[in-house]
Amino acid sequence: MSDTDEKLEVALFVTCLVDINRPSVGFAAVKLLEQTGCKVSVPDTQTCCGQPAFNSGDRRTTKQIATNVIKAFKGYRYVVAPSGSCAGMITKHYPELFSDDPDMLLEAQDLASRSHELISFLKDVRGFEAKDVKFEKKLTYHDSCANLREMKVVDQPRALLEGVGDLELIEAEDREACCGFGGTFCIKYSEISEEMVDRKIENLLATGADTLAAGDLGCLMNIAGRLYRKGHTMKVLHIAEILAGMGNAPGIGEGRH
Amino acid sequence: MQVTSRKFKENSHKAMQDENLRAALGRVKQGFTTARSVAASELPEFEDLRDKARDIKDEVLENLDYYLEYFDEKVTASGGHVHWCSSAKDAREAILKICRDVDAKTVTKGKSMITEEIALNKFLASEGIEPIETDLGEYIIQLADEPPSHIIGPAVHKTKEQVTELFYEHHQQYGYTEREEDPEKLVGEARAVLRHKYVTADVGITGANFLVAETGSTVIVTNEGNGDLTQSLPKTHIVVASLEKVIPTLEDVSTVMRVLARSATGQEMSVYTTFSTGPKRDDDIDGPENFHVILLDGGRSEMIGTELQELLRCIRCGACMNHCPVYHAVGGHSYGWVYPGPIGAAINPQMVGLEEARHLPNASTFCGRCEEVCPVRIPLPKILRHWREEAFEKQIAPKPERWGIELWGFFAKRPALYRLATRAAVKLLSLMAGKKGRLKSLPFGKGWTSVRDLPAPQGATFMEQWQKKQKREG
Repeated sequence: MSDTDEKLEVALFVTCLVDINRPSVGFAAVKLLEQTGCKVSVPDTQTCCGQPAFNSGDRRTTKQIATNVIKAFKGYRYVVAPSGSCAGMITKHYPELFSDDPDMLLEAQDLASRSHELISFLKDVRGFEAKDVKFEKKLTYHDSCANLREMKVVDQPRALLEGVGDLELIEAEDREACCGFGGTFCIKYSEISEEMVDRKIENLLATGADTLAAGDLGCLMNIAGRLYRKGHTMKVLHIAEILAGMGNAPGIGEGRH
Repeated sequence: MQVTSRKFKENSHKAMQDENLRAALGRVKQGFTTARSVAASELPEFEDLRDKARDIKDEVLENLDYYLEYFDEKVTASGGHVHWCSSAKDAREAILKICRDVDAKTVTKGKSMITEEIALNKFLASEGIEPIETDLGEYIIQLADEPPSHIIGPAVHKTKEQVTELFYEHHQQYGYTEREEDPEKLVGEARAVLRHKYVTADVGITGANFLVAETGSTVIVTNEGNGDLTQSLPKTHIVVASLEKVIPTLEDVSTVMRVLARSATGQEMSVYTTFSTGPKRDDDIDGPENFHVILLDGGRSEMIGTELQELLRCIRCGACMNHCPVYHAVGGHSYGWVYPGPIGAAINPQMVGLEEARHLPNASTFCGRCEEVCPVRIPLPKILRHWREEAFEKQIAPKPERWGIELWGFFAKRPALYRLATRAAVKLLSLMAGKKGRLKSLPFGKGWTSVRDLPAPQGATFMEQWQKKQKREG
């Protein structure tokens, strides 16, 4: 990795949750990408990757949204999203959506081949190391299901966190279990979701860590929301915020200082 | 069994309040998942074997008619009979006729999910024939008059204390007048009671894990040996199996068996693997005089050539439910029909109708763990999504849900409008939250806030801040 004359053009897929709920994750992503010598663009016709419609069975709306995304991100060498779930939607499910439309299929495959989840992009494509960052915390890392199973982004976040100064990484039990978010699932089946997130929280708290990080804001909002509801004080952050040296800002759901 | 899938939410609410069930499900989660993971990691070729098992089942499904006829021919040649039954009713009637022909009063039964599917026990009882389950788990739930809650551990929801009570209540007639609490002694008690039944039964009914086309054999795997006694002691042996259980060769059986027990219980193989080929021959010392195979379609042939075909690869190991966080939370009975867990959520809409079972494919986070452990690599999340799409198209999903998605979709398809709407929503939510950083309740967000606080937005959307920053930096 080097800061060459010609910077690598990367488009940021902000994700709807980051756009609405936690813009600081987007700015952390921009900062990290710039640190690895990328020039970051943010196409302004992006909205969402379409998962709410896709997972609700509304294929027509999903295709329309996917078509928008494909258009908005045409021509960029790389497309990067600070979410395993949205990156999984673009790289795995967009081609599937257009399997019966040869022209769009090619476009979808082209976008899929250029798209990456942020942390794996930083580590695997840009050779990033978090050597200039310090974060004096005991931290446990939650694997989102999309990162764990769909994107196989498991070792990269840990490798990067290992490089952060003063940070102690403690693994939780039952790491492969879902936190119970599941998009609209957590609203439609809130009672089952509650049971799932409680089991997750039990394992996270048992680590004795004071901070939780993950690569997907959906899981983080679910877990943080439940931690607060139960009166726990664990600080919850997106991993990009820590790697970008922005970990001292208020955590997800934490009041402004 | 009575279908209660429509009441999935009520069922699961009740299940989650049941402390006994929670304890029992905790053991499923710990026991089965760890055992599978150890068994899989100890066999270097495990992943390759999964591919092979998938390919074998695909080959069968592509040529199902051929292998079934081949199987029929071989069964007939060895002196047995194959009964082709398109519906549960046909199957029940065929079984009844065989029982009537030998004037059967009692029937012993090995474990069989297909007999659950066709609700055989109730039917036989109503015809004056007593069915006796011989698999320990099935025996326990028969005493309790409950359906199975897991496909390989039918009584997995029962605690030891509940079994003590059940046996105390039902075994006094056999001279067991004390409450037995020692698990080993409880098993001994069931064994002694059942031993007598094997000998006096007129007909033995078993399921089948495989139907071997090249030999006309049926195969069962068990851990208790009850299946062997069920099928070899009575004069008549009836095998009840669905048509996708057919497999080309013995070699194929041995391949699939290598992933079956490992995926199910984490065993290298089950304790008993029993092959039955036709009735007793003249020079055989023992065995049944009559050998019948009930071959049930039950809606399966309609799945061939559709998005659902891959479901027919299922070898009923139970790994998907053992690893499912939703199953861990709600248990098997909540699903409201014979097949629980992810495989049930995927196949029940086909079997009992999507309208009845619409909750099942929706009650999933798409976490993908079921597909990850399925020994025959069934893309379960993809099939659940297929049902959601069908429910959406047929307007089976409740109106508020559909309207919610349509309203959101309206904005998500129109970036400029979406920007305005999100800016306004974010402003409002941050105002409502104030400095606290989260919201305890929301008028239209009870689904979220009934369980958790809503972390409040940071104040302005990323896009708004980014555009301002771009302008500033010119």
